[in-house]
Amino acid sequence: MLRLRGVGKRFRNGTEALAGLDLEVEAGEFVSLLGPSGCGKSTLLRMVAGLDAPTSGTLERGLAGGATGQLGFVFQDATLMPWATTLDNAALPLRLAGLAAPNARARARDALRRVGLQGFEGAWPRELSGGMRMRVSLARALVTEPRLLLLDEPFAALDEITRLRLNEDLRALWAEGGLTVLFVTHSVFESAWLSNRVVVLRPRPGRLHADVPIALPEPRTPELRTSAGYNAACRALSAHLSEAMAA
Amino acid sequence: MKRWLERLSPGLVGLAFLAAWEALVRAREIPPYVLPGPLLVLQALRDDGPSLLRSLGFTLTITLQALALATVSGVALAVALTWSRWIERSLFPYAVALQVTPIVSIAPLIIIWVNDPARALLVCAWLVAFFPIVSNTAMGLRSADRNLVDLFALYGASRAQALWRLRLPSALPHFLAGLRISGGLALIGAVVAEFVAGTGGAETGLAFRLLEAGYRLQIPKMFAALLLLSLTGIAIYAGLQALSTWLLRNWHESAVDV
Ligand SMILES: Nc1ncnc2c1ncn2[C@@H]1O[C@H](COP(=O)(O)OP(=O)(O)O)[C@@H](O)[C@H]1O
Ligand SMILES: [Mg+2]
Repeated sequence: MLRLRGVGKRFRNGTEALAGLDLEVEAGEFVSLLGPSGCGKSTLLRMVAGLDAPTSGTLERGLAGGATGQLGFVFQDATLMPWATTLDNAALPLRLAGLAAPNARARARDALRRVGLQGFEGAWPRELSGGMRMRVSLARALVTEPRLLLLDEPFAALDEITRLRLNEDLRALWAEGGLTVLFVTHSVFESAWLSNRVVVLRPRPGRLHADVPIALPEPRTPELRTSAGYNAACRALSAHLSEAMAA
Repeated sequence: MKRWLERLSPGLVGLAFLAAWEALVRAREIPPYVLPGPLLVLQALRDDGPSLLRSLGFTLTITLQALALATVSGVALAVALTWSRWIERSLFPYAVALQVTPIVSIAPLIIIWVNDPARALLVCAWLVAFFPIVSNTAMGLRSADRNLVDLFALYGASRAQALWRLRLPSALPHFLAGLRISGGLALIGAVVAEFVAGTGGAETGLAFRLLEAGYRLQIPKMFAALLLLSLTGIAIYAGLQALSTWLLRNWHESAVDV
């Protein structure tokens, strides 16, 4: 699905955000990118999305034809249009692709149901809680039925309870199949519970520090969070992260 | 009870002020051609009502036409300015130059160039109403959420789509703020230009009534015309404010009632 070879990014102001990054992601994987703030996670995700280009190395995406609609992106803020209802926000990608409103709205309704927002189609963003807004954002990313879903610290601004619920729902959406997920986070616990593989980055400039498979039982359940296996995985990731930050 | 008092307090203050004014004029026996009392102004308003209202209609028509013209041309220019750096570089200095030139100094020229006096007033009012709409709208068009801009790019939105679905809605609150300023300016522009045109040109605007009453020392009538003028200004502002609140009722903080 993704193949990065020696990918580097130097911004015009001279900041070297990433250097010599090799990374492969297979179709259907759930991979987290873990690293301290400023190590280039967002930069990497934007390049994968095609919003920015690497200044060195090659980046291949296994998306046939144009990437439009095959790729979903979720930002840290819900990034909704305040002047549009929940339904129209979720329908936006389809409208931009030229679908007529009735058709786009019908599919947006389905996407909202998938994220548990049935009944809120007519609500305005300001009427929703932070968690619900993030669900709209998720529905908008899913509405085109993308093959690759990119999320940039999507739940970092939410409270603990909401975050855990959204983790579970995201994992369930992935388990439905057909989706490759690249999930950026700075939370060891979140990355361990969610993913099948955690890529740890180290800062200045951002480079690969460790590539850690997470072999925890499926399906992932809330109870898993108190299991010995999960604790061991978190401990291992924490150790990698401290090394990465000390390096 | 307290809420009631709060509601009524501006009116009560006004009444007290008028009463004091009337009392002062009577006690000091100030002649009406220096300062007429409010009762005399009211009487002038009644006596000259029809002619004053006709003049008000004339001025108001010009003001609203100028505002409509400023809205269409202002938004169009703002879109052009933000469409390309090149257009902005080449046009913006002239828009600013137009803005900083006092209307009183160019009104005589415009009145000479434009034959129809009502047209000339319209051009003057349009000139002063134009700039706040341009600059506010242009700022709004540029203030779209960066992440949303990225999102539109991600889904391959055309520039026209981004304009229609993202930039114009983002600019709406800024445009409306500009429009509220322009509403007052258009009225001022229409009146000032008519003052400049003086008795030579225009027929029946409120400014003409003001001048006429001044020449004839009909000071109560002058006050009546002034009163109508400021009431009109307040009504325009309140109308635009209501329009703004209504348009933004669902989403913008400034319109969300607490
Ligand atoms: N557009 C930009 N121009 C210049 N420097 C940038 C830009 N975007 C990010 N950076 C810098 O690149 C580095 C990595 O940023 P980022 O990818 O946002 O890190 P993270 O998401 O891991 O916190 C930081 O030092 C940041 O200041
Ligand atoms: Mg980031």
